[in-house]
Amino acid sequence: MELADIINPNNLVYEKPKLLTENTMHYCPGCSHGVVHKLLAEVIEDLDIQEKTIGVSPVGCSVFAYNYIEIDWQEAAHGRAPAVATGIARTNPDKVVFTYQGDGDLASIGTAEILHACNRGENIVVIFINNGIYGMTGGQMAPTTLLGQITATTPNGRDAGRNGYPLKITELIAQLPGTSYVTRQSVHTPATIRRCKKAITKAFQAAMDKKGTSFVEVVSTCNMNWKMTPVKANEWMVENMFPFYKPGDLKDSSKTDPESYTPIKN
Amino acid sequence: MTEEIIIAGFGGQGVLSMGKILAYSGVMANQEVSWFPSYGPEMRGGTANVTVILSESRISSPVLNEYDTAIILNQQSMDKFEPMVKAGGVLIYDPNGIIHPPKRTDINIYKIEGTLIAAELGNVKTFNMVVLGAYLKAKPVVKMESVEKGLQKSLPARHHYLIPMNLEAVQKGFEGLELVQAV
Amino acid sequence: MGELRLMKGNEVIAEAAIRCGCDGYFGYPITPQSEVMETLMDREPWNETGMVVLQAESEIASIHMVYGAAASGKKVLTSSSSPGISLMSEGISYLAGAELPCLIVNVQRGGPGLGTIQPSQADYFQSTKGGGHGDYRLIVLAPSSVQEMNDFVELGFQLAFKYRNPALILTDGVIGQMMEKVVLADFIPRATEEEIDQKRGSWVTNGRKPNRQRNIITSLEMDSGRMEQNNLRLQAKYDRMEEEDVLFEELQCEDADYLLVAFGSSSRICQKAVDQAREKGIKVGLLRPITLFPFPKKPIAALAKRVKGILVVEMNAGQMIEDVQLAAGNVLPVMHFGRMGGIIPSPGEVVDALEQKLIGG
Repeated sequence: MELADIINPNNLVYEKPKLLTENTMHYCPGCSHGVVHKLLAEVIEDLDIQEKTIGVSPVGCSVFAYNYIEIDWQEAAHGRAPAVATGIARTNPDKVVFTYQGDGDLASIGTAEILHACNRGENIVVIFINNGIYGMTGGQMAPTTLLGQITATTPNGRDAGRNGYPLKITELIAQLPGTSYVTRQSVHTPATIRRCKKAITKAFQAAMDKKGTSFVEVVSTCNMNWKMTPVKANEWMVENMFPFYKPGDLKDSSKTDPESYTPIKN
Repeated sequence: MTEEIIIAGFGGQGVLSMGKILAYSGVMANQEVSWFPSYGPEMRGGTANVTVILSESRISSPVLNEYDTAIILNQQSMDKFEPMVKAGGVLIYDPNGIIHPPKRTDINIYKIEGTLIAAELGNVKTFNMVVLGAYLKAKPVVKMESVEKGLQKSLPARHHYLIPMNLEAVQKGFEGLELVQAV
Repeated sequence: MGELRLMKGNEVIAEAAIRCGCDGYFGYPITPQSEVMETLMDREPWNETGMVVLQAESEIASIHMVYGAAASGKKVLTSSSSPGISLMSEGISYLAGAELPCLIVNVQRGGPGLGTIQPSQADYFQSTKGGGHGDYRLIVLAPSSVQEMNDFVELGFQLAFKYRNPALILTDGVIGQMMEKVVLADFIPRATEEEIDQKRGSWVTNGRKPNRQRNIITSLEMDSGRMEQNNLRLQAKYDRMEEEDVLFEELQCEDADYLLVAFGSSSRICQKAVDQAREKGIKVGLLRPITLFPFPKKPIAALAKRVKGILVVEMNAGQMIEDVQLAAGNVLPVMHFGRMGGIIPSPGEVVDALEQKLIGG
């Protein structure tokens, strides 16, 4: 059998999404970011919206997300991606806008921006990577760090009295009338990756249909800062994070129940 | 000709809107105008004042430390602005609520019973228009037809039915001005 | 000839924005500039021109909304007053770093801290020396009349797009709250996407078109060598502003023995002070910087050789005086007169200060 017989379009079972660039990713081996980036590239390609999609990257490990997907990107200040996305989406209503944010960015410094963007029901997609730790700055406590979890700033484990409680921000966001689809996913097995891709597709479709904000949390690993092997990190996530951050849809509805938000008469 | 005016009283007396109508009247008469109010929470129930300048030429400072005319509608404003009238200038005041009448001897002083006249007209909200009329008697800086045009410009269309009543108040004020002291 | 109106400075900012084809305004209420957004909301430009007006959750969000829209090539603005501009400083630094054109209006009030809602010019340093972190400059325009509030909106945008740099209108509660006659500009239609792609440059992030590379708007550069090149490019741009776009006004300087230097509302007070001083026989002129950055160094240097002394009049403790001193050199006395706390100096006080500090009367 010749090489050309093997490398033959008929034999193709998998290929790198066309929208993923050739740049070598800076993420640590075992990190969830790469998988989610690939899913995003696939979804944008599948929906054929690469010419009208604008991504907003955060501050955190995924600050360089713009290096990896062949679309227009803006890099936002720490936590401000939902405001930046609001500015784009409001003045470009026919475009598709998404933010890509980590837990420090979205649930700590950018809490005001994410809550208000979701509450206004901006037609944007939010991809929220929750690995319970600050990756880029070297493993400090995040708002989503579990009680007892060891980080660079909680060397003896997160203590509720000293550090407060882990923040279930996705649960908060699901209550906001501006959101139409709020879900929690993961990408640690082929099955969850397929499920997560479906969720991201649904979120983009909702934004394109002007249904308001779609929010996809991906519970993720940071094996480097968790100081574990990638395999062990996945096990640790299932064992410790899933009981607190339960995977599944939190909200799947059209924008708002108008009955419960009737304007007062003037 | 340049006329530099301070109108000062309580918030709610219509001080700012009186200045606004005067400024609009100036615009209608093709004059240069500026209108600079005191602003912010102090306006709510506290003192309010507005500096209006009408001129044939470019207006320099919208903020002044001496005035050709002071229209004074409460005691605090009397205390503050009586000393800031230029020698030979004009001070007009409503005696209602004034405990210490003006003492200057080098300025022209007029009284207008604005509160009483407005009450007689049956609408206390016309108080500021009565005072405006009195001022225009003392200082005919704009013609009555410019005031009418000024009212049309400054009031939203839904309030235009109030213009005749306001013009009547201006006329009553015009007639009601009393000279206290001339220099 | 456009339409003649009697309007407040703040209201004019809103009207001028609609008329010059703005795509969006993002803001947060703060005294003494809330009339800007109130006027816009009342005018409902989304029905007329398609302009977006959004009340954001904070000044921080406002400026980053401006960032997002500006990066997509849109013509957008925000307005605030001093404490709000401090909050925006993060975003302004990012806008300058990513080289995005936009317009910011600061209707100053007294500080520091919550300070006072009364007028002030104490944000001169913040406006002209950066304000946020990093080496950057804004194009700073200082209107002295309601008419200039109108004119500087479009001028600010033109300069912002010319240099791909944020422009700032630095005004205060006097000009913002004051009503004067204003001739409004005629309507300019908002740019279409095709016009944005063709005219506003190849950098806009409004969706990767088949005929171009993808665009990335960022201020981040991890390679020090390349980052220094970015800094040098910015500095060259600021130098070009100094060469090409300095604006100032001279009044009665021809025969002046003494010179007043003042911007914005202070310059209006000084115009009257010049008249009052000349009535007393003191020959005074006024130089009014219109662009505070780029600063009119050359005309001040030229006048410094002709006059006996300079009095810089500002509603602050002495900020622009540093630029005047640098421009004038050590050849004559350069003194300062200012009021703070929201107190507006009167023309008479300026004449007194001139006599006491420079003439020795």
